[in-house]
Amino acid sequence: MTDLITTTQLADPDAAYNMLVDAHRDLSETQSADLNARLVLLLANHVGDICVLEQAVALAKTEL
Amino acid sequence: MAAPGATGSAAPAGMGAGARKALYQFGYARSIDQDVFAATGAPARHAVVVVGAGPVGMTVAIDLAMRGNEVVILDDADRIGEGSRAICFAQRTLEIWDRLGVARPMVDKGVTWQVGKNFLHDDLVYQFDLLPEDGHKMPAFINLQQYYAELYLVERIAELPGVDLRWRNKVTAIDNRPDGVRLTVETPEGAYDIDADWLIACDGAKSPVRDMLGLEFRGEVFDDRFLIADVKMTADFPAERWFWFDPPFHAGQSALLHKQPDDVWRIDLQLGPEADPEVEQKPENVVPRIERMLGHRNFELEWVSLYSFQCRRIDRFVHGHVVFCGDSAHQVSPFGARGANSGVQDAENLVWKLDLVLKGEADAALMESYDAERSFAADENIGHSTRSTDFIAPKTPMERTLRNAVLNLASRTQFARKMVNSGRLSMPATYPADLATADAEPFSGSARLGAPVPDAPLRKADGSDTWLLDELADGFTVLHVANGTAPNAVDGADLRIIGGEIFDETGQFRRRFDATPGATYVIRPDQHLAARFRHFEAQKVADAIARAKGRVPVTV
Repeated sequence: MTDLITTTQLADPDAAYNMLVDAHRDLSETQSADLNARLVLLLANHVGDICVLEQAVALAKTEL
Repeated sequence: MAAPGATGSAAPAGMGAGARKALYQFGYARSIDQDVFAATGAPARHAVVVVGAGPVGMTVAIDLAMRGNEVVILDDADRIGEGSRAICFAQRTLEIWDRLGVARPMVDKGVTWQVGKNFLHDDLVYQFDLLPEDGHKMPAFINLQQYYAELYLVERIAELPGVDLRWRNKVTAIDNRPDGVRLTVETPEGAYDIDADWLIACDGAKSPVRDMLGLEFRGEVFDDRFLIADVKMTADFPAERWFWFDPPFHAGQSALLHKQPDDVWRIDLQLGPEADPEVEQKPENVVPRIERMLGHRNFELEWVSLYSFQCRRIDRFVHGHVVFCGDSAHQVSPFGARGANSGVQDAENLVWKLDLVLKGEADAALMESYDAERSFAADENIGHSTRSTDFIAPKTPMERTLRNAVLNLASRTQFARKMVNSGRLSMPATYPADLATADAEPFSGSARLGAPVPDAPLRKADGSDTWLLDELADGFTVLHVANGTAPNAVDGADLRIIGGEIFDETGQFRRRFDATPGATYVIRPDQHLAARFRHFEAQKVADAIARAKGRVPVTV
């Protein structure tokens, strides 16, 4: 089983975070929710491993 | 024994108050059991009584009768034809009905579609073409109104000795005893009792038999209500399945358009939990909505009904001598065509086992495997239909957001198209291994241990065409690929030799079964694969058959 990678994979973490924030700028709450949903689906497919997704869901749900 | 004409004669009786497309009326006829009971007070005894003359009950009865048993079917009504109801019959169901000699008129009458279109709002998200795999006798599915399927089953029953179909015989009480079941049956001429060694309850989702035994029907009940309508339209409209998510003519909900024979189209409209069913059902509300959906008014409304989604089952399908089969045992949402299809598949799983028990060739414990295998299938079907329902009717705003994101991406990406779920084609279950013998050597191909064997075109020695499924026996079949040292016979099974009496000229059999010279397949009476070996060994084959009959093999 592949483990979810939680150490940084991004050469420039600030740029990556900024890209996500930028994507949401000037969007309504509904539009932002749509954007997030599409991103989650695209990235989930890119990951392509349901075990990794399961770990990601579990980690994301911590403290909800 | 069925008296001639006991099933009555089927005659279309026209349309009833705009509510019905077709109606087949049958007659009540007094049975000899009533005379016996009236004269002596003693109930007549039957090996098998089936309650419910729907697609499942009639399948049970026909299969039992073709195996030489006598069966009584009791039905509280005396007609068929209240709307289209189940309309999509899958390949495996047709294969079962073909074995029972009733698939031909269904396939001739039924329609198929290849192209499906999914819309979000006004936009075509994507369309697909089913392109079914060739080399199967039966099509991937047909669309056919349930009343036609039932009519052909009634007609088939009339051809068979051994089935006594009693209309307007309503079961009102059941005494489930250690040695059988006593039933009280209400008729237009009063009540009578009969005894049955086995009672098969095929009396539908609201099963009175289940209620009389006090059994719970547990599961999920969805809030959303759906309105279904049959419309007759002769205007040009493609034979395609159209599904809308959040269409402009029905904001926030879903809609489905599906073709049936006789220029009748099935329309399913999701109403949502808040809708007032009485108001929504009124023609003055239904007709304009359908007009906006079709883009014209050139149609007649034939039948309207309402339903809500339920995904429920009973814990156990076998209770002493009472066996539940079809919707009485499990109920699924209709998207994915798993109601009638899974019920007919219950029937075929049940009948060969019950037949062996009735003939003393298997222990009654074999009936436990019916419970195990069909419970497994019911859970699988409930799982699939719950997923479709969740996609079609999202429960929270964020579920809807995710669902709409899938639909949005589907027009641009292939992976998202695979997630669009407006109902999946019903596939038969691959049973867990209890009755099967694990593969000692690997096999590829589409044949799977525990699943129905795939069909394949074959040729007989005389040069005529045949199909693999037509060559299988009513009992167990051992299928052997000739390698020069073929066995002469197999105990307890019919032997068929590929390359000896039937020939695989197209190579479809070889590919689907990963067949090599000497390969040997043990096939159950319900055409599910019980075991396969690279070479024939009499003892291993005998053990596999014993195991499939619920016995512990002599050697392991």
